[in-house]
Amino acid sequence: MYQYDAHDRQLVLDRVEQFRGQVQRRLSGELSEEEFKPLRLMNGLYLQLHAYMLRIAIPYGTLSSAQLRKLAHIARRYDRGYGHFTTRQNLQFNWPALADTPDILAELAEVEMHAIQTSGNCIRNVTADHFAGAAAGEIEDPRIWCEIIRQWSTFHPEFSFLPRKFKIAVTATEQDRAALRVHDIGLRLLRDHAGQLGFEVMVGGGQGRTPVLAKTIRPFLAAEHLLSYLEAILRTYNLLGRRDNLYKSRIKILVDSVGPEEFTRLVEEEWRQMPHDRIDLPEAEIQRIRAHFAPPPFEALPQRDAEFELRRRGDPAFARWVRANVSPHKQPGYAIVTLSLKPHGGIPGDATAEQMDAVADLADRYSFGEIRVTHEQNLALVHVRQRDLGALWHSLAELNLATPNVGLATDIIACPGLDYCSLANARSIPVAQRISLALQDLDRLTGVGELKIKISGCINACGHHHVGHIGILGVDKKGEEFYQITLGGSADETASLGEIVGPAFSSERVVWAVETIIATYLSLRRGPEERFLDAYRRIGPDPFKEALYAAH
Amino acid sequence: MPLIDSDGRTLSDPWRLLAEGEDIPELGPVLVPLRRWLAERDRLLARSEPVGVLLQSSEGPADLSGDLRRVSLIALEFPKFTDGRPYSTARLLRERYGYAGELRATGAVLRDQLQFLRRCGFDSFEVENREAGDAIAEAFREISVSYQAAADEAPRAADVRRGERTGYEQSKVCAGFWAY
Repeated sequence: MYQYDAHDRQLVLDRVEQFRGQVQRRLSGELSEEEFKPLRLMNGLYLQLHAYMLRIAIPYGTLSSAQLRKLAHIARRYDRGYGHFTTRQNLQFNWPALADTPDILAELAEVEMHAIQTSGNCIRNVTADHFAGAAAGEIEDPRIWCEIIRQWSTFHPEFSFLPRKFKIAVTATEQDRAALRVHDIGLRLLRDHAGQLGFEVMVGGGQGRTPVLAKTIRPFLAAEHLLSYLEAILRTYNLLGRRDNLYKSRIKILVDSVGPEEFTRLVEEEWRQMPHDRIDLPEAEIQRIRAHFAPPPFEALPQRDAEFELRRRGDPAFARWVRANVSPHKQPGYAIVTLSLKPHGGIPGDATAEQMDAVADLADRYSFGEIRVTHEQNLALVHVRQRDLGALWHSLAELNLATPNVGLATDIIACPGLDYCSLANARSIPVAQRISLALQDLDRLTGVGELKIKISGCINACGHHHVGHIGILGVDKKGEEFYQITLGGSADETASLGEIVGPAFSSERVVWAVETIIATYLSLRRGPEERFLDAYRRIGPDPFKEALYAAH
Repeated sequence: MPLIDSDGRTLSDPWRLLAEGEDIPELGPVLVPLRRWLAERDRLLARSEPVGVLLQSSEGPADLSGDLRRVSLIALEFPKFTDGRPYSTARLLRERYGYAGELRATGAVLRDQLQFLRRCGFDSFEVENREAGDAIAEAFREISVSYQAAADEAPRAADVRRGERTGYEQSKVCAGFWAY
């Protein structure tokens, strides 16, 4: 993974001192809360319902064991002993004291971390395929380009006061595990027929009040021109994006209002006039960054480990976990392990300091000291020898991190909701917990198969409900929490937006509604191999509407 | 609102902003909104006194592109500090159109924007903050590393790294916009 050099380190140290000065000016009263707000928001510090929340950047979801131990330490020393992993592959602390935040940033700087641009109307922390560097069929590690984007976007002087926040995601395989089509910019690494490296550039996706799937504005951009092309997109957006209405200021609204063809023309025209040499990185710098993402020293192993295969056949519980939580690796004899942060009845994405420390140790022992954060709010150890899977499974089970539910109905994404967030209309976490408890029977979970339930506590859609196979949106009806259900959304390479199935359900009825949807699917699917999403796409919403509303 | 340069020094301000309908004075530098510049360009240039143009954040530099050698000041108005359009306008003026005169940030200009503004090519600043002198000068230098090229002389980290690898003196590899 990337390691800071003297320049990277200096920038983060400068930022710590700058923010310390800003906090001091706030604490001394020189800055009013109103004046301080834009400054703290540039640094991921939100004022929530009960306290400040500090959001820490985990660039493209990659952590070293030392970094994860530092996060555990911060959770213990400055917070309440836990942290919350988010759909943006970041970590949020919910209870820091304002006066402590400069010290927290100083501690983070010791392990090459920061909170820069985790909020505010700027280019946010760039996200990536969480299986980067391990996934089969990868063109190259997309994190090389994420790190290039991270550096370019950090304190970009022109793009720190955009009309609205701006999110970029990068993948390098056919499968999309990073939800490219619901990002402001999605970049898919590929090679053209001549073998040249480049990107498919998608622009204008997003969720929120107006969900839109991104459009491809350039099927192939030579990789070395990535930064100048991004700069052309951002400049076009900065100058033309709406600033009069919070809900119409994302780039998706601009792309839709001028039309994708005209938007593309504007970007291409801007790009043509730019001095590419000044903006794009020299090849030597790309190579320098690429070298940081060289594969770890894998052992030469047979494709399949005999001991692992034997155990899988003999131990149904182990086999169940492998089936749900272990994915194939590109390197023979290795596997990718997802650590479920969705224990049944637990809070999606939360991890205690003890769990973080223990996962850091397991990463050192089994996965070259590297940990990933997934946008589905789980963790992953991506370079595990198949022969170590049994021992790792035992250790994870002791930590309550081996719930065999990854990709299944209880692997629920949920935003913090009204338990924490000042924007929320309804609670998300308790709904996730009740659904999780209702569906926790493992045989049934396995029987239902892949099913993505995503819950947002308000229309801002931090819980990605628009792209849930079952999406649940909390709404406020005269002071009472109701939940609107959408069906058929997907964030993968076949991305689609969910359709509202009918009137919202009360908090008591929402679990019944999810159970009814699942029962309807089970009764109508062609067989266990037809996933919920495929069945919904085949049969449409009517049978579900019938089951949910006909009796009333 | 003190006017400062990028070293935090207070500047005297000889410019007079002409109000709507106000007669053009015979003497002294005047600053006019773009609309007035477009309507009265020839009269303003006939005076042989310096002329400046004030652009609102919604106004781009294209209307001025033929006259950039004739104006001595371009002031870009920030109606709110969150309106970031003038950053792009400033870079276009400096880097695409080659404007070399004074480029002033005016309106909602806060201490904590100053470094970004300077990097985008502004060289005078009407700041809202109370402090001045060394304290405000510090605001231009708080972050000492630049990852990207802009309209200032700051070398990109990538170019500094290249210099370190090849053993060149830093000054040779990191000539910024103004040196070209």
